[in-house]
Amino acid sequence: MSDTAIDPRYAAKPPKRPLRLSWSDERFRGIVWQVLVLAVVATIFWWLWSNTVHNLEVRRIASGWGFLSREAGLPIAESLIPYDPTNTYLRALAVGLTNTLKVAIIGIILATLLGTLLGVLRLSPNWLVSKLVGGYVEVVRDLPLLLQLLFWYAMLQGLPGPRQAINPATGVFLSNRGLKLPWFEWLPAHSWALLVCVIGIVATLIWRRAALARQMADGQPRKVWPVALLLCVGAPLVVWATQGAPFTPDIPFLRGFNFQGGLTVSPEFFALLTGLTLYTAGFICEIVRAGIQAVHQGQWEAAGALGLPRGQVMRLVVLPQALRVIIPPMTSQFLNLTKNSSLAVAIGYQDIVSIANTTLNQTGQAIEGIAAIMVVYLSISLSISLFMNWYNARIALVER
Amino acid sequence: MNTMSSSGKRGFSVRRLVLGAMGAGLLALTAPAARAQAPAAAPAPAPAPAAGGGSNMIETIRNRGTLICGVSTGLAGFSAPDSQGRWSGFDVDYCRAVAIAIFGTDQNRVRFVATTPQARFTALQSGELDMLARNTTWTLSRDTSLGLDFPATSFYDGQGFMVKRSLGVTSARQLDGATICVQPGTTTEQNLSDWARSNRVTIRPVVIERQEDNVAAYIAGRCDAYTTDASGLAGVRSTQQNPNDHIILPEIISKEPLGPLVRHGDQRFADLVRWVHFGLLAAEEFGITAANVEQAATADQRPEVGRMLGRGGDLGQMLGVDNRWLVNVVKILGNYGEVFSRNLTPLGLQRGPNALWTTPGGLQYAPPFR
Repeated sequence: MSDTAIDPRYAAKPPKRPLRLSWSDERFRGIVWQVLVLAVVATIFWWLWSNTVHNLEVRRIASGWGFLSREAGLPIAESLIPYDPTNTYLRALAVGLTNTLKVAIIGIILATLLGTLLGVLRLSPNWLVSKLVGGYVEVVRDLPLLLQLLFWYAMLQGLPGPRQAINPATGVFLSNRGLKLPWFEWLPAHSWALLVCVIGIVATLIWRRAALARQMADGQPRKVWPVALLLCVGAPLVVWATQGAPFTPDIPFLRGFNFQGGLTVSPEFFALLTGLTLYTAGFICEIVRAGIQAVHQGQWEAAGALGLPRGQVMRLVVLPQALRVIIPPMTSQFLNLTKNSSLAVAIGYQDIVSIANTTLNQTGQAIEGIAAIMVVYLSISLSISLFMNWYNARIALVER
Repeated sequence: MNTMSSSGKRGFSVRRLVLGAMGAGLLALTAPAARAQAPAAAPAPAPAPAAGGGSNMIETIRNRGTLICGVSTGLAGFSAPDSQGRWSGFDVDYCRAVAIAIFGTDQNRVRFVATTPQARFTALQSGELDMLARNTTWTLSRDTSLGLDFPATSFYDGQGFMVKRSLGVTSARQLDGATICVQPGTTTEQNLSDWARSNRVTIRPVVIERQEDNVAAYIAGRCDAYTTDASGLAGVRSTQQNPNDHIILPEIISKEPLGPLVRHGDQRFADLVRWVHFGLLAAEEFGITAANVEQAATADQRPEVGRMLGRGGDLGQMLGVDNRWLVNVVKILGNYGEVFSRNLTPLGLQRGPNALWTTPGGLQYAPPFR
């Protein structure tokens, strides 16, 4: 399959020419220029660095990372990891990081699903559907994201107060304090079941791969769903049952100023997630449309001639080829969504920027605070880039 | 294709980037200026222990012709520009008072620089400002780790709560379980959690960056209460459509001594800022006002008044300014009480702890002028 024949004339390396230390030698000139540019850049950085150090010292400004282990004392409204104000700044920053990751990951998933759906609908032969989607794209793309976030946040604040909350079902309350949902008490048994479920998903994927490989060999299709059901649902249930099947419902109820118990989706998180998802989905829609239209008409016709229905043509023939065009700009959109999540400060969602800002203000260590924000965004962005580049390489056109 | 997404977030990310630029950029770029200044500076009477500001600030300001003073971006009563761009307010008057002490009778030799809570310290540290008068709370860590000095407490404030009257709450202790709007990046946030911990009250914070958005969230009912310095609460309450719908709870949960700041390095300038404040206090204590200061300077027979106003002795020269400095300041701006009633009384603020020590409950006290 991969026996791509290369002409031996191209494979042979060109003969090496000795480097002459003369200005007329192109390679020598190249090296001299590169060394010079590198030296200038290095000097600029060294100068900035030494000035900074000198200034910090002269002005007696404390520096270093010692503040990370001091007590933070700042209140944080929502957190995925246990936190209270007696914890350290390091922990507060970790809470900020998880909050950023939470909104970024959920946002990327929802924006991708919504954007792809809209992109397909935009090409629908139905005039009304395609025009509606076109109108949506123009509206969300053309308005500044900050404005949209403030709009969603203001909308949510327009909901009634907790005492007049909308109560569509038992234990579900919608008010200007957010959405309250019934939940249950989370115990170690649930964590174990969740872990087994994740392992089950991975095992299912491996199984599916093996099944496909065998199908390639003997032409027999094998069903994946019974295995998936067994590994992803059955196994976790068994684990949960062996630990005594604990289940204590946690239904929200109104007491004093606010609801107690249950699961909360705060208005800040909801407004940020909605704003980011709808905004980015507008861009993704256009990327998907462009990708689909980049697939040659002949592919549609050929797949149609094989007797595939329109849905299967899209799913099996067109989208896989469109992905090659879609993935690189999609990476930029994922990065944008992640970075745009820093607008959270405007509507009071405590992401890493919000908490690092407060930290640097309370400790006075601006350089360290900014460095922390930079490290976080750089790591997240590089991870997304690496993953997407890997995925892009995987789905790239394979010459056979 | 992506131009919208970048311009869309510009408004905020730029403001935040300013922090980075201030933090790293200013510190990185201003060193040559500081180095160049050092040899040109006049020989200081005693070698200042902290270098960098080893120059004589008062002389530098006098040569430049203006005092550069950092104020807030706009807080009613403390520092706010009017429609002509002219700054006024309590903090602004402190900037003007220092400028008058240095330059004599001209109160307009001040350049005001609006600073955000996050950028204020860096702007002063980097030498962009001569002093900061920006309702900043004096705390131990700010006094020690920033390379800055708090010469005086110009305003004793404290953090309070505002709630809607319809909530039926009369004491902050009843706020258990309440959602509270608070602005990040100030001591307010930490005070709130300290107070909640020591009173075993559970609170849910809503932390919104801009003060206007914060107040809007409180008005819309996202929060049960809004917390900030009592002076700020009074300002916000006075600008509501119906101020009587809101009450400020009696508890004051923190000490917020607000005052001007200067950079470490030139103690003489810090002394001047400190004594400008004391001068305003002493003028009030001795009943010297804008109206009668000229007459007092020539005719008042009390010895301390004579020394203060430059008739006898050379207290002004000891500070590095003209002996008649306090006459000039009080003639233009009035004494502490006059500055207070011009700027803060319209907001509905009482003197409270900011009364002179001669009044019961007053904390403002000036050491003797001798």
